[in-house]
Amino acid sequence: MVVLAEKDREKLIKLFESLLQDVKVVVFTQEFECSFCQTTREILEEVSGLSQKISLEIYDFVKDDVLVKKYGVSRIPATILIGDRDYGIRFYGTPAGYEFTTLIQDIIMISRRDPGMSKEVLYELSKVDQPVHIQVMISPTCPYCAAAVGTVHRFAMANDYITGDMVELAEFPHLAVKYNVQGVPKIIINEKESVTGALPDMDLAKEVLKALGK
Amino acid sequence: MELPGVILDISSISPLRKPDHDTVYDMLILGGGPAAMSAVVYAARKMINLAVITLDFGGQMNETAEVENYLGFPSIRAGDLVTKFKEHTISFDIPVSMGISITEVKRKENTFEVLLEDGTSFFGHTVVFATGKRHRPLTVPGEKELVGKGVAYCATCDAPLYKDKKVVIVGGGNSAFTTALDLLRLNAEAVVVNFIIGWQADEALQQRVRKFGKVQFLDYHEIVSVEGKDKLETVVIRDRRAGEEKKIDANGLFVEIGLLPNSDPVKKLAGLNKHGEVLVDCYCRTNIPGLFGAGDVTDVPHKQIIISAGEGAKAALSAYDYLIEKSQI
Repeated sequence: MVVLAEKDREKLIKLFESLLQDVKVVVFTQEFECSFCQTTREILEEVSGLSQKISLEIYDFVKDDVLVKKYGVSRIPATILIGDRDYGIRFYGTPAGYEFTTLIQDIIMISRRDPGMSKEVLYELSKVDQPVHIQVMISPTCPYCAAAVGTVHRFAMANDYITGDMVELAEFPHLAVKYNVQGVPKIIINEKESVTGALPDMDLAKEVLKALGK
Repeated sequence: MELPGVILDISSISPLRKPDHDTVYDMLILGGGPAAMSAVVYAARKMINLAVITLDFGGQMNETAEVENYLGFPSIRAGDLVTKFKEHTISFDIPVSMGISITEVKRKENTFEVLLEDGTSFFGHTVVFATGKRHRPLTVPGEKELVGKGVAYCATCDAPLYKDKKVVIVGGGNSAFTTALDLLRLNAEAVVVNFIIGWQADEALQQRVRKFGKVQFLDYHEIVSVEGKDKLETVVIRDRRAGEEKKIDANGLFVEIGLLPNSDPVKKLAGLNKHGEVLVDCYCRTNIPGLFGAGDVTDVPHKQIIISAGEGAKAALSAYDYLIEKSQI
């Protein structure tokens, strides 16, 4: 099945000419795929086929339990983007809607091996010295969510203590209940602190430090 | 649930040049909605030195699912139309400052200083002020505390969270009915509440909403308060005919009661009407020479994408004429 429109394929091929270094995309699905898993796999198969710098590995959430543990995958569909290491960048749910643009932004960022943030924000993030798990609860029709996911993924790339998950709530409605999500994007830091709305890099960095008591 | 397909916004990926704080630009275009983007297209083609200062691109279009009244597009996803506008806008390689709010526009002799929230400034010989509008809150008890906890202003963002749930929609215009449509399609149970008698939405849109069974219409009712501890639980409404109050148990409250102009940055400078909109003439001129207004932030009637785009073009052309008259280019 072709997911991308021809005009988008052409744009991506041109855009990917500027990729500097290799990017590995790891997708977790399962043998009997749910429709979201299938769509996710198809999107990533098409995207990875547009540049030799992008490789794709597809694993089974049930059978490949060693890799599930290695990457800390908690649910499917899961997409992980890797450069010279696993930065902790995760998409739980289909990277569709506005999140597709985030996926492409992330691929370009990783190919540059540069999160592209200001020195001031990088300095603040350098104060993070213990594990931080940031989850961004989103809906794919929300333009502000994409900005929030992009920020959190940049943070994950900038500091190895930080992992950043996109969580598409329509695919994981129990998480909307668990975290009492009534509006998106909702950013949850280490399961305890949360903010609703997309924040500028510096403001979110301060929220992360606040969650750590810094 | 059906996924919305992929949205590829190349303009969000392409790096944009940053404006220079020391340059006095021929024209500063403030805002990122259709008026501002159209102004950029017209100004850039004059080959003048210009810069854009905005929080983001798209404006209110970002919070709409579908557009059915923009010429040439019988029906287009709003996100796709924004992408088309953005790609056209940034194709001119103009410098853009994004993500930092404008706090004030000051007149300094023959130039304008645009102050930003981070304490920095940009300078221009002319300004096209096209900062649009923002959601008008209800200002009832409990609303502020429950924003993001059931009280919502962006149906495009939050509607998917209310699948199979009960919601109250406040408003009687096209935005309220479009929100109702988004939610009813998700099998939500909806109550639409309007302050005045009757409904302002287009008849065609009303008919589409009325086809759904799980929707109730209450005109001439007002919202008294919203209640809930960690999330919205109850909406208290008052029947303005009988004066009786009633409680509605609801998971969500979507507020679509109009908009407020983002005119604060020029309130000390330009003339405003009683709604806070910037007063402009048919050339988009304000009362301050060199300061032009365009789009929803102005007093131009009928807030529509196509009207804003036209006004933005007009403002840019008028500002260009002003620069020639003043021999500043």
